Amino acid sequence: MKKNNGDAEEPVVLESGIEVKPVYGPEDTKDLDFEEKIGRPGEYPFTRGIHPLMYRKRPWTMRQYSGFGTPKQTNERFKWLLEQGQTALNVAFDLPTQLGLDSDDPFAEEEVGRVGMAIDTLEDMEEAFQDIPIDKISTALTINPVASVLLAMYLAVTEKQGIPWDRVRGTTQNDILKEYIGRGTWIFPVEPSIRLIGDMVEFCSRNVPKFNPFSVCGYHIRESGATPVQEMAYAFEIAITYIEEVLKRGLAIDDFAGRIAFNFDIHGNIWEQVAKFRAGRRLWAKIVKERFGAQNPRSMTLRMIAGGGGGGLTVQQPENNIARGAYYALISALSGTQTMALCSYDEAYTIPSKKAALISLRTMQILADEMGLKDTVDPLGGSYYIEWLTDRMEQKIVEAMQKVEDMGGMVKAVREGQIQREVSHQAYLKEKKIQSGEIPKVGVNRYVMAEERTEIEMHPFNSDVAEEQKKKLERIKTERDNAAVESAVNGLKKAAQTEENVMPHLLEAVKSYATLGEITKVLKEVFGEFEEPVGL
Amino acid sequence: MRVERKIRVVIAKPGLDGHDVGAKVVALALKDAGMEVIYTGLHRTIDEIVKTALEEDADVVGLSIYSGAHLALSKKLMGRLKEMGIDDILVLVGGNIPERDIGVLQEFGVGGVFPVGTKLDDIVDFIQKKAGIENEKK
Repeated sequence: MKKNNGDAEEPVVLESGIEVKPVYGPEDTKDLDFEEKIGRPGEYPFTRGIHPLMYRKRPWTMRQYSGFGTPKQTNERFKWLLEQGQTALNVAFDLPTQLGLDSDDPFAEEEVGRVGMAIDTLEDMEEAFQDIPIDKISTALTINPVASVLLAMYLAVTEKQGIPWDRVRGTTQNDILKEYIGRGTWIFPVEPSIRLIGDMVEFCSRNVPKFNPFSVCGYHIRESGATPVQEMAYAFEIAITYIEEVLKRGLAIDDFAGRIAFNFDIHGNIWEQVAKFRAGRRLWAKIVKERFGAQNPRSMTLRMIAGGGGGGLTVQQPENNIARGAYYALISALSGTQTMALCSYDEAYTIPSKKAALISLRTMQILADEMGLKDTVDPLGGSYYIEWLTDRMEQKIVEAMQKVEDMGGMVKAVREGQIQREVSHQAYLKEKKIQSGEIPKVGVNRYVMAEERTEIEMHPFNSDVAEEQKKKLERIKTERDNAAVESAVNGLKKAAQTEENVMPHLLEAVKSYATLGEITKVLKEVFGEFEEPVGL
Repeated sequence: MRVERKIRVVIAKPGLDGHDVGAKVVALALKDAGMEVIYTGLHRTIDEIVKTALEEDADVVGLSIYSGAHLALSKKLMGRLKEMGIDDILVLVGGNIPERDIGVLQEFGVGGVFPVGTKLDDIVDFIQKKAGIENEKK
């Protein structure tokens, strides 16, 4: 993205490498066939939206990321968010949980309950969702390498609450490939990790039909330095990898493609983002239809959560992030997202305070209720510039996907660190451009104010959480039937060693109150651990 | 004629935090500035980091921490370096570090603290000044 200093002669180039003209007109869109490229909302190729009436019928779901400390504390925050009108939950887990470690593991020290809620056994999950109407909300579990274990725990909770699985709605993030590229919570090597995803999809499509077993995250790839085009291209290559894994198990594309969810990032140039999503919807529909032969239109729809965009926020003059969040929300609505989540203004520093989380929620509610965003579908559709840019973005995404296939496909490119290197080099170039002022950033390289750092309320870290969790673990280990635990864990190990689906065994293991750490240890014994390619 | 020895820097990600963009960006900047940079990768224990620093004969160890566990991790590293008798290594800490913790880290013996928003040039200059002089002594 080059700055435009008011000199019309100076070229304007988007982050994705597309040069923008000062004015667009009919000549720029004359080759775009309406039926083929644009069409009607809710119909192939879904450029304008995946539903015919979009927000006119139902506004986007508002779902802030939250969770910290003990399951009890998280339960209280969940209830408060639902009382404030939030319509779904997005659960944050602490790092030990995300990496399959129990709270009493020495490597978990100082991290228990820090960036999310600590989960060791089914009892924690029961507490977290106590008195929450699970069948009336949808729950996103932000968990990746051990998503299968947490899904088993969540399903066990629904069972105990007497809710049939065909009424359970939610998503496990469960996108391991992007973890290797950007978010860093990985445990097992690439191939067995993908196998676990396949097991979950297979299990859910047969038993929990309204659950989305994975959500492909362009978000974290973009946050790690990818351009908007690469964000979409890599996400699609990842989704294709998972689809191929599931197809190997004899499922048909239409059995599960309608439950694939995506998670995208919003920051940067407004028009580039809108065009990215419109192009993405069109291209995804084409891929699922033509490459995988889907018949059901629902399979072809790009369903997404989009909001964002931590990477756009600044630690400098943090209250400016409230304004940025509002613009990102606007972009998200103009882009036809299904679910919206905003990074709160203090998120560059800390876990959002109640106040910051509420401002984010109100920002989305103001947009939905006061500003006319629900009135009509894809209001930017038909704009010369937007349609031209949508088409250019689509071409660029196709090119970037081809580059990954030339590397030997996503699995190989990630195993060898090719994608990681590409993305981190870009992050470095971008940071240099921000530091030189070439990419403008208010409060960072312009309108800088000296020594006015606003004191932000920091989320308190309570080391008692670890003690509480450790005591609980100790108690559970004496109370549970250890023979049942051993038998369940052994069954799991055997299944992991063969091609048998691990999900039924995971359910049995969590219901015996085997700990997350015990389960992960067994899987590590079978699968081994990922060796990170660390070359710069 | 004195042979210039490149400044050797180990950039490390201790603990469970997976935010590695900052670490990699700083590593690339130091490499561009002519230093020898070794990146540890994610999820390293303090003992592993000390071992790498020894093996690589590091002049500088840079810890990158975003999860909030910077005080405990830095304290542990400084303690281990002292035990091993290699606390002449310049230790830097970067990441999501609140202002009020900077003094605490310095009390532990951390040589420089670079919170989010620090200019890359400032980090390069700081290392060249501090570790460059140390290197001449060697």
